[in-house]
Amino acid sequence: MDYDTFVLFFLNGLTNAMTLFIIASGLSLIFGVLRILNLAHGSLFMLGAYFAFQFTHWFGSFWFALIFAPLVCAAIGIIIERFLVRPVYGIHITFQLLLTFGIILLVTDLVRLFWGVSYLTVSESEVLQGATSMLGVAYPKYNLFVIVMGIFIGFLIWFLLSKTRVGKMVRAASSDREVAGGLGINVPRVYTLVFAFGAWLAGLGGVLAAPLRSLMLELDVHTIVEAFVVVVIGGLGSIPGAFIGSFLLGQLNAFGTLYFSRYEMAFMYVLMAVVLIIRPHGLFGERIA
Amino acid sequence: MEKSRSIIWGKNRFYGVALALLALVLVPFFLSDFLVVFATEMLIMVLFALSFNLLFGYTGLLSFGHAAYFSIGAYGTGLFLSRVSPSLLLAFLIGIVFSFIVAFLIGYFCVRLDEIYFAMLTLAFGMMVHAILWKWDSLTGGADGLVGIPRPKFSILLATIEFSSIPGYYYLTLVVVGICVFILWRVSRSPFGLVLKSIRENHERVEFLGIAMRRYRLGAFVISGTFCGVAGALFAPFERSIAPDISFWTKSAEPVFMSLLGGTKVFFGPAVGASLFMYLREIISGYTELWMIYLGAILIAFVIFLPGGILGFISDKLNAGRRGT
Amino acid sequence: MEPILQTQNLTKSFGHLMAVNRVSLDFKEGELTSIIGPNGAGKTTLFNLISGKTKASAGKIRFKGDDITKLAPYEIVRKGIGRIFQITNLFPELTVYENVRVPVLARKRETSRLLSLDRSLRDVNEETSRILGLIGLSEKSDITCNALSHGDQRLVETGVALALEPVLLLLDEPTGGMGPEETDEMVKFVRGLNENRNITIILVEHDMRVVFSISDRIIVMHSGGVIADGKPDEIQADERVKEAYLGR
Repeated sequence: MDYDTFVLFFLNGLTNAMTLFIIASGLSLIFGVLRILNLAHGSLFMLGAYFAFQFTHWFGSFWFALIFAPLVCAAIGIIIERFLVRPVYGIHITFQLLLTFGIILLVTDLVRLFWGVSYLTVSESEVLQGATSMLGVAYPKYNLFVIVMGIFIGFLIWFLLSKTRVGKMVRAASSDREVAGGLGINVPRVYTLVFAFGAWLAGLGGVLAAPLRSLMLELDVHTIVEAFVVVVIGGLGSIPGAFIGSFLLGQLNAFGTLYFSRYEMAFMYVLMAVVLIIRPHGLFGERIA
Repeated sequence: MEKSRSIIWGKNRFYGVALALLALVLVPFFLSDFLVVFATEMLIMVLFALSFNLLFGYTGLLSFGHAAYFSIGAYGTGLFLSRVSPSLLLAFLIGIVFSFIVAFLIGYFCVRLDEIYFAMLTLAFGMMVHAILWKWDSLTGGADGLVGIPRPKFSILLATIEFSSIPGYYYLTLVVVGICVFILWRVSRSPFGLVLKSIRENHERVEFLGIAMRRYRLGAFVISGTFCGVAGALFAPFERSIAPDISFWTKSAEPVFMSLLGGTKVFFGPAVGASLFMYLREIISGYTELWMIYLGAILIAFVIFLPGGILGFISDKLNAGRRGT
Repeated sequence: MEPILQTQNLTKSFGHLMAVNRVSLDFKEGELTSIIGPNGAGKTTLFNLISGKTKASAGKIRFKGDDITKLAPYEIVRKGIGRIFQITNLFPELTVYENVRVPVLARKRETSRLLSLDRSLRDVNEETSRILGLIGLSEKSDITCNALSHGDQRLVETGVALALEPVLLLLDEPTGGMGPEETDEMVKFVRGLNENRNITIILVEHDMRVVFSISDRIIVMHSGGVIADGKPDEIQADERVKEAYLGR
């Protein structure tokens, strides 16, 4: 393989990895704090993408969509947390999966109702169209923008969790709910906040991914499975784990298609199986007692 | 618990089972061909759900990859019938043995993991099986799958039984499913079954009772997978053509819903759930395109309001009544 | 006489923390030994090592002369080492009867029967009923464990331990969370196990009144090591023990 091809595929893998990371980090964060495995995260991602389509269609601005679509997703997240997830905190993981899978089914058909089944496309802002030179290769500006956004989100999460007062409350609530309550932290509010932030991340991932692919109804399930694979590889609840997992899967998807395109759909499953057989709780996972 | 229940419920249960069997035997005499076909598929799905639930409801392990054993049973049987020999008995055996072997190999790795990690590893293996069935064109027919699987006669000694007719295949299915369900029921009531339940309740503690916990998990996994294979074996000649979509993970999700609807902690819960699931899907999809909205809403309502499922709810009420509370 | 249980330089480290540090102890058959020490002294880790829940970083454990250091928990139980847990650790949605029945089946090696109806095993039925009688829960046999009071749950725990017929029993805070009356009952029960059934007992306990009234021998642990080992009156007089408890 020559240098140009390598860089091209590497950057493609990185673009893929960063959208995955933005989604997976929200999933992992929600699990880490609320102990809820939220399959509906995939629905929020899909809604983010479809909102991106709708907002650019109505207002003619991708930037408008980038700012407001994730916020709408966060608001929907608050509704889901408040009315569907809160009544069942502490139930067995199986039932969490089923409940949130029920949400996926509901949302899929609602999207079908509003937007229909045909493929839709979203175009990025004109500023980000075209290519620029990167590592000696001409590469689409928009993809580079996505990579930068991914890294920025990584820093944002790190900063919020470790440097702010709210972040400290979140970490307290995630390590011991009762102690946190005793310290005067309003735990239910922290939970809602984290769920909303996670939903915002899912929505943001949806908007960012929208110009990279066409929108279709299978987007939610496809994405949530990928995000789950990433989170499980990295270890549930671990943000650095989600980052490494995204990176691995992104690169595998990019270079794998180059060599074994026939079995492309099995890549991520093989990767996950290998990781889990060697490390039963993922790369950075803690034991769930 | 067993003592008191068997005295009070023993007779009623016997009559209940006898009545249900009689009704099942009479189905082809009273129902249209369309409904007999529907009933045959329902029986196959009942077996699929019940064998899945041995692992889920009894052992506490949520598999997201049981479509793999179902489809290996189906492909094994279908391939044998269409390419090797039109012997139904041998074809069934081949399908079942293959699903047994694959369940053993996959289970060996999976039973070391707990909870969500277990679920994800079963999903991973299930999807690898799907990828193989889909992409190994020369053997499996690729995306088109196997078409025109024969439904041959069945000969024992001098007697020949015709299974190509709709009632004929219904009865074959009824007998096979009946035997399998009986075996599964015995397993659930055996000492082995009690150990499975205790693993569900507290798998770490089980080791400290001197029980090699993983072997029992593996045992449950293999039994569960093999009986899913039987369901698949019945499915191939029933449908006459099978495609890789029967190994996709959405197929693995079906027994999960069925078990949840009916109740995971009552043996016949998933059977009720499977019947209800298929009935609902038939009714709702005939009435609207948006059947997933209804399924989603039903699922959410069950988790929040009826986590024990329908039979679980009924049996709780009965128990409470018996205790006089 | 050869000790029934022996640890040789037993060590368990978690990163830099030495939870159990080169502990060498002999336990005589029929003896009732208590292990005491402040929180974090390594008592529970020592139990976890003996029962196979955690694997030793170094050192050996011998039971009746056999090396059991690397055995799985279920193999250690089969050799005759039973354990009662600190936090009640039962099968919450199974009945009292079933909770006691599983260990009976396990000891009689009947658990791999696949197709025989469980209730048809007559000797298992009798044995289970007998143990329920011993712990005084025959009347409550059909109740699921999560519906029992805390004291009754502890009783089920002891029933489970009895069902395994151990030679050596590890008891992790058997009186934890009990009121004075329940504590007296438990003390009587443990003493009965030791004297009437000749079960060797190792106990971790915080209630000093219990420890000093019941033990033949007391071992004091501190930061992973043994700092004193002797008869109750020797321990009472030991300066280092006072320091370990009061010095902090």
